[in-house]
Amino acid sequence: MNNNNNEIQKKTTLSLLVKNEPGVLARIAGLFSGRGFNIESLCVAETNERNVSRVTLVTNGDRNILEQIKKQLNKLIDVIKVLDFTGTPFVQRELALIKVQAKPEYRAEILRMVDIFRSRIIDVSSEHYTVEVTGDEAKIVAFLELLKPFGIKEIARTGAIALGREKK
Amino acid sequence: MTECEKGVFTIKLKGTEILMKILHEEGVDTIFGFPGGAVLDIYDQLVKTDIRHILVRHEQGAIHAADGYARASGRVGVCLVTSGPGATNTVTGIASAYMDSVPIVVFTGQVNTRLIGNDAFQEVDIVGITRPCTKHNYLVKNIGELANVVKEAFHIARSGRPGPVLVDLPKDVMQSFADYKPIGEVRLKSYQPTYEPNIKQLERLVGLIKKAERPLIFAGGGIILSGASKELLQFAKKIHAPVTASLMGLGAFPASDPLWLGMIGMHGTYCANMSTSECDLLIGIGVRFDDRVTGKVSTFASKAKIVHIDIDPTSIGKNITVHTPIVGDCRITLQMLNSMLEKEGLKGSKNPHKAWLDKIAGWKAAKPLSYEQKDIIKPQFVVEKIYELTKGKAIITTEVGQNQMWAAQFYKFDEPNSFITSGGLGCMGFGFPAAIGAQVACPDKIVIDIAGDGSIQMNIQEMATAVQFNIPVKIAILNNRFLGMVRQWQELFYNRCYACTDMDHAPDFVKLAEAYGAVGLRATRPDEVVPVLKKGFTVKKPVIMDFLVEREEGVYPMVPSGADITEMLLV
Repeated sequence: MNNNNNEIQKKTTLSLLVKNEPGVLARIAGLFSGRGFNIESLCVAETNERNVSRVTLVTNGDRNILEQIKKQLNKLIDVIKVLDFTGTPFVQRELALIKVQAKPEYRAEILRMVDIFRSRIIDVSSEHYTVEVTGDEAKIVAFLELLKPFGIKEIARTGAIALGREKK
Repeated sequence: MTECEKGVFTIKLKGTEILMKILHEEGVDTIFGFPGGAVLDIYDQLVKTDIRHILVRHEQGAIHAADGYARASGRVGVCLVTSGPGATNTVTGIASAYMDSVPIVVFTGQVNTRLIGNDAFQEVDIVGITRPCTKHNYLVKNIGELANVVKEAFHIARSGRPGPVLVDLPKDVMQSFADYKPIGEVRLKSYQPTYEPNIKQLERLVGLIKKAERPLIFAGGGIILSGASKELLQFAKKIHAPVTASLMGLGAFPASDPLWLGMIGMHGTYCANMSTSECDLLIGIGVRFDDRVTGKVSTFASKAKIVHIDIDPTSIGKNITVHTPIVGDCRITLQMLNSMLEKEGLKGSKNPHKAWLDKIAGWKAAKPLSYEQKDIIKPQFVVEKIYELTKGKAIITTEVGQNQMWAAQFYKFDEPNSFITSGGLGCMGFGFPAAIGAQVACPDKIVIDIAGDGSIQMNIQEMATAVQFNIPVKIAILNNRFLGMVRQWQELFYNRCYACTDMDHAPDFVKLAEAYGAVGLRATRPDEVVPVLKKGFTVKKPVIMDFLVEREEGVYPMVPSGADITEMLLV
């Protein structure tokens, strides 16, 4: 909103239950681009319910913009439910595949790190390891920082996915 | 009712037959359209029904006509066009209907499903193109979903905040057969508009009303869409609040009522804009606080607590910070409010806001809308005479620009659905086809398009439609041989550099009307205005009335873009 430009930008994870129909993702993406909202990451896959997919979307904006984003998403006919995890306990994970140079002299060191980060090696060649790591964004960033000195060849990362915690 | 209609057993029907069955169920009596390759089957079936088809001369005419039909009648307008260019030609009109929340269902033809994506002849991804300017849209990929989709389309178009819905129909789907079983009421899990407002919020509003010393009601198109005019009048009388309206809200409140202040905003009245700035409670009903209304947002109604009632939650808090948001249908909300106020004993016996209303009367008297009629016809004079001669009973459509603003300022609308204009999109070429649609919906009313010489040329081809179907709309061209509103901005803000706004080379509109088989009339002097109007209104044919008006007349008051709404340039 125009008169509230100074408010702090906040990163927010939204979880949308949507009809699993062609064009749903285009509607969501088009809404964000058309109205000048940001998408930091986006993950879509089917759920256990027939014809329902879950879209996990990380976005940012001030309070009014986030409010508007949620309202606009709710307005889409194919969006069944919009959940905002702000202020509620939830778990969030990302997955990264990292192809790192693994010269013989560093192999043991890399393996130790893989172990510390509870990640796994899923492909091995004479010069490279491909490592699979899951965690929140901070963990993945930290892991990438540590692997950087060995030489990272390629990275593939997912956006975040999240679920609310059940009451204990 | 046959066994089949009861749903006891099903029958096999062709896609086009299923479509016609549902159009019939939805009460469609008129379709505005233009045929083409991809919709040949639909047309072949259509002419076997009793649905009236108005053949336009350009698809943009069809969509605007469906818009005018919907707004004049309160029913869903229907438009049928072919694939590719037929479909893309409707996009402007769809966007206009979307901005103004007009219920329309647009059927577009599409190439065979196996050709989709092949860049086939007259193929276009119209669902992709119209995604951001429809309320919802569909591509029917198999015959099994056809009936449901068409039913849903009508349901979505007319419910909640209304809007256009597009249904793309591939040719092979319409040619194939499927079991048909009548569908009951449509219920969508993911779409349930809020009609009934939250009672706590209403109680808050009642509290605010009781405390307010300078209340003001700001009415919008939502009042007209939900049919809440009667309730609005009762509400205003009960709380003794004056009423202003957005362009889309004209007609929602009777302009002949003493509580009426005139339109708000960029070309609003002095009185309405001053009242907005000075009020201590602003109750916006069925509005969206568009930038043409608010001017500078940070100073808009800065002394007021703002209450916003609207059925669309996204409208609330989008442009303006709201003190009390109320999501609900305007009519239901006002009905509930009125009965709550009744219980509170606010029966409207004595006037608690006399000082406020006196102040407003002062503003009204100080700077009324005005113009000076000398030797050359003033456009405002023409509009005033149209009002007087039709006694305010006409349906007025407009093009966009000065003609639109003069119509809004000088025709006093007493009834809802009597002013039809492209408000949000501001789409030139809208008024004439919209008038055709309105006239088809209301054959007994006099329908007048107040036009400019620039915008009338954008859809002038529809003269042929009006003549062919004997739709006796009246076009009053306020002919200043300029793109007047753009010229006015150039005069005020671009140092009178009239870049590309001089339209001196125009057709002879009288001869043009005659060439189409319509009637053409012209007034060049002020004393000719009334005789021309009288003659035009009595002819039972489409008429163009060409009024040669003062070339450089401006629309005033005017709030420069982005300024506070009290910073008005007056005449």
